[in-house]
Amino acid sequence: MKDNLQEKRNGDMDEAYAIQKKQGVGVKARRVIAYIVLIFLSFLCLFGFYILFINATRSNGDLMMGFQAYPGTHLAKNFVNMLHSTQPIVRGMLNSLLVAGVSAFFCTYFSTMTAYAIHAYRFKLRNAAFTFILAIMMIPTQVTALGFIQLITKMGLMDNYIPLIVPAIAAPATFFYMKQYMDSTLPMSLVEAARIDGAGEFKIFNSIVLPMMKPAIAVQAIFSFVANWNNYFTPALVLKTEEYKTLPIMIAELRSADFLKFDMGVVYMTIAFSIFPVIIVYLILSKNIVGGLAMGAVKG
Amino acid sequence: MKTKNNKVVAYNKWGYIFLIPFFAIFTIFQLIPLFTTIYNSFFENYRVGLEQIGPKFVGLANYVKLITKGHLLFYAGNTMIMWLIGFIPQIFVSLLLAAWFTDPSLRLKGQRFFKTVIYLPNLIMAAAFAMLFFTLFGGSKHAPINALLISMGILKKPFDFFASVWATRSLVGLMNFLMWFGNTTILLMAGMMGIDQSLFEAAEVDGATSTQIFFKITLPLLRPILVYVLITSLIGGLQMFDVPQILTNGSGQPVNSTMTMIMELNKHLYSKNLGMGGALSTVLFIITGILSFIVYKLTMKGQES
Repeated sequence: MKDNLQEKRNGDMDEAYAIQKKQGVGVKARRVIAYIVLIFLSFLCLFGFYILFINATRSNGDLMMGFQAYPGTHLAKNFVNMLHSTQPIVRGMLNSLLVAGVSAFFCTYFSTMTAYAIHAYRFKLRNAAFTFILAIMMIPTQVTALGFIQLITKMGLMDNYIPLIVPAIAAPATFFYMKQYMDSTLPMSLVEAARIDGAGEFKIFNSIVLPMMKPAIAVQAIFSFVANWNNYFTPALVLKTEEYKTLPIMIAELRSADFLKFDMGVVYMTIAFSIFPVIIVYLILSKNIVGGLAMGAVKG
Repeated sequence: MKTKNNKVVAYNKWGYIFLIPFFAIFTIFQLIPLFTTIYNSFFENYRVGLEQIGPKFVGLANYVKLITKGHLLFYAGNTMIMWLIGFIPQIFVSLLLAAWFTDPSLRLKGQRFFKTVIYLPNLIMAAAFAMLFFTLFGGSKHAPINALLISMGILKKPFDFFASVWATRSLVGLMNFLMWFGNTTILLMAGMMGIDQSLFEAAEVDGATSTQIFFKITLPLLRPILVYVLITSLIGGLQMFDVPQILTNGSGQPVNSTMTMIMELNKHLYSKNLGMGGALSTVLFIITGILSFIVYKLTMKGQES
């Protein structure tokens, strides 16, 4: 009886082992395919940036010799030449930093405020306001650009940073993310406790709600900053003075100039100069960015 | 009791106060411009050299002109073709990667690295990315890709990518693919991780293969999020501008085959053709409005559940 049982158990285990082994082979093959595809796609993503880096370190004469897979010796020289080129690239970067930085601040601060209004208060038009903001979420800025330019021309705000920065206050997508985050992390009991202590509503928002929203604000500040840093369409329509222009506009000017006459080392250096700061910041913060994306994903 | 109620009402007025910045700024910089854009579309209003034509009310004439003489359908076709070249591989690759990343039996190593790398192109300035591709795929024999292909013996003489309609369109599609497949993968992963794990376990016990599980369980349950990805990508595709604009220096060459609708709008904005620009904007607004409505319905569904 006991032996029988033992035998049966052995049999079961053999069977289980066989199944596991059969699956094991399939899993192994699939794993190998997955790695090959992933490595290929990573290569595709990085290859262009790698050549960009290599070519930014090569002299114009060297670049005329064709493709090369290892760095040259002209990194410092190209950088100095870029600083003295006809385009005020460093000024462009400072302009971009200013516009993107202040926009990111406005966008996150006021989106949190808007989300808090919908989250914390029960007023008559609450649902209507929420529905309205969600409804306008996907409307692109391009379709209103014509009226926008007309309006800011009338307001005397052409060639000014105000029309690039202030509209960031109304950012429906950031609002939606903040609202989702508040639903899961902001207990109203905390707000009520502060009210009993006699704190005003505006003070509660600034000293209790904002600090609690820090993780969400960090994620959205990064996205807002990058979006504004990369933005080309509206700034190109608004900014006219060379000294005010942001980096994307300068890249476009580099493209429209007869750039074959340029030192190609400087051209590559200029592209690298506008791309690599974002890459470096991204690599430092990638944990927050990739994690934050999934956090805000719409649950279907 | 009454005082308490009054107090609650007193608090709740702060809801309106906190909404003021959003609605004030939205009204000034989005809503009013939207109305004036639509208003402009009913007027003939442009410049020929120094001479100003209009503004003169012409009803729907601009819309008729847009379709008959403005090549609207042609530019819409260009936009959709380049969007599809990027989107079709994107959805396949993203589904595959998301399935692999979320499959516990695969236990892929280096997931953080791969996710970081595939998301990277999404953050790159589209203008600089296009400029990079323009220099890499240049037509001379010194340009990196041509030099590489010639040294590898694949090409005998340099291939002029930007003289070929399909090469240029494919490059735009490739760039859009690279910029967005990481983002889509992460969205789909979030959707897949939201699926009840017991369903997979039950299927495995019943002896389903991983392919069967993918097609019979994962895909159908993922449908809402797939529709979301499709429509948001379509809305993004309709706005395609930076990449083809910089890549072709705003010309839409060769033979206007990479001219998108927003590139055409941009031209009208620079030449101050307010009537045609307004009509084109309004058409784009209506299309994105319909598509947005579908996204909105999906989002509300997600809110309820």
